[in-house]
Amino acid sequence: MGLLTLINTIPYEWDNVLAIIIGLAFGFVLESSGFSSSRKLAGVFYGYDFAVLKVFFTAAVVAAIGLYYMDYLGFISVGQLYVHPTYLWGGIIGGAIMGVGFVAAGFCPGTAVTSAAIGKIDAMVYIGGIMIGVFIFAELYSLFQPLYEGSFLGNITVVDYFDLNPYWFIFILTIAAILAFILTDLIRKRVKKVFY
Amino acid sequence: MKNKEHNRHIYWNPYFGGFLLGLIIIFTFYTTGRGLGASGAMKSGVVAVVETVAPTHAEANGYYSKFISEDKSPLNTWLVFEVIGMLIGGMISGGLSGRIGWRVQHSPKITKRRRLYFALGGGILFGIGAQIGRGCTSGAALSGMSILSVGGFITTFAIFGTGFLVAYFFRKNWI
Repeated sequence: MGLLTLINTIPYEWDNVLAIIIGLAFGFVLESSGFSSSRKLAGVFYGYDFAVLKVFFTAAVVAAIGLYYMDYLGFISVGQLYVHPTYLWGGIIGGAIMGVGFVAAGFCPGTAVTSAAIGKIDAMVYIGGIMIGVFIFAELYSLFQPLYEGSFLGNITVVDYFDLNPYWFIFILTIAAILAFILTDLIRKRVKKVFY
Repeated sequence: MKNKEHNRHIYWNPYFGGFLLGLIIIFTFYTTGRGLGASGAMKSGVVAVVETVAPTHAEANGYYSKFISEDKSPLNTWLVFEVIGMLIGGMISGGLSGRIGWRVQHSPKITKRRRLYFALGGGILFGIGAQIGRGCTSGAALSGMSILSVGGFITTFAIFGTGFLVAYFFRKNWI
């Protein structure tokens, strides 16, 4: 089970040191990829900059290939990793609300953190907004509870739920990503340039 | 501005950035068994504030009480430390490229005030949505997709699908 077992045996303070190191790398890569700029991020919705789609899709495909390859080699066991739970309607409605917030503000929480780190006041206001949003949700929790806890399908992956072969699925996902990259490059050539 | 043309090239190639981000996700799963996140740290911040200001209210509330424990502060979570790291990492990257400075970034077609109102409103929506969807673009969509979680794909499509649907109404802010 690789390092996982090692981490479980070391004191939890080191877990937090590891968290800072991982966060440092995460923040560095996001900022260097231009994700501290809301105008660059919003480009994906208007066709003048597809960096979000490219970085996001590349990362997901690389991670999926890497994790399943490490599983194949026996370094990790995919079945023991934490799978984000599926709450069907919570995922859809929550995602839809996040989508509107994304276009309105041009940030998602992670990108806003790196943007606030380089002094952008709009990102700091946005993070304040997120905290107000969490507060509203928590105060009205009884209202949201049925949606939050309903339609739970388990911590499922497409492999167990649709009974797919993970290798074929990742292969098709990779092809889909490459096609999306080619298509978005064609779109970008036809869209009026926006400089920011 | 003269450096506008320049600006397009100061960021990394997106495939390079995405590749490194993918490696970070693999490393995170390998060492901790979980993926990355961001909005969870902001939730912890809210829980900590409410617990300090109104402890009885926080314990009575069905949502805050999930994240309060006797023996440690709500701020003592993995994601809070990860986000502290993100701040440092972003600052190093921005500092190396000379991008640090106080400013409000907005399209020249809109005012600073309008930009801040929309940033606040978008933040509030994202905060609510990330609670309902149990994670944001990092935790639910990106880390979820990496591990082929059904919910990860659903949230990803919901976020970006809705984004494209409503983009028309917000176009003045961006183009």
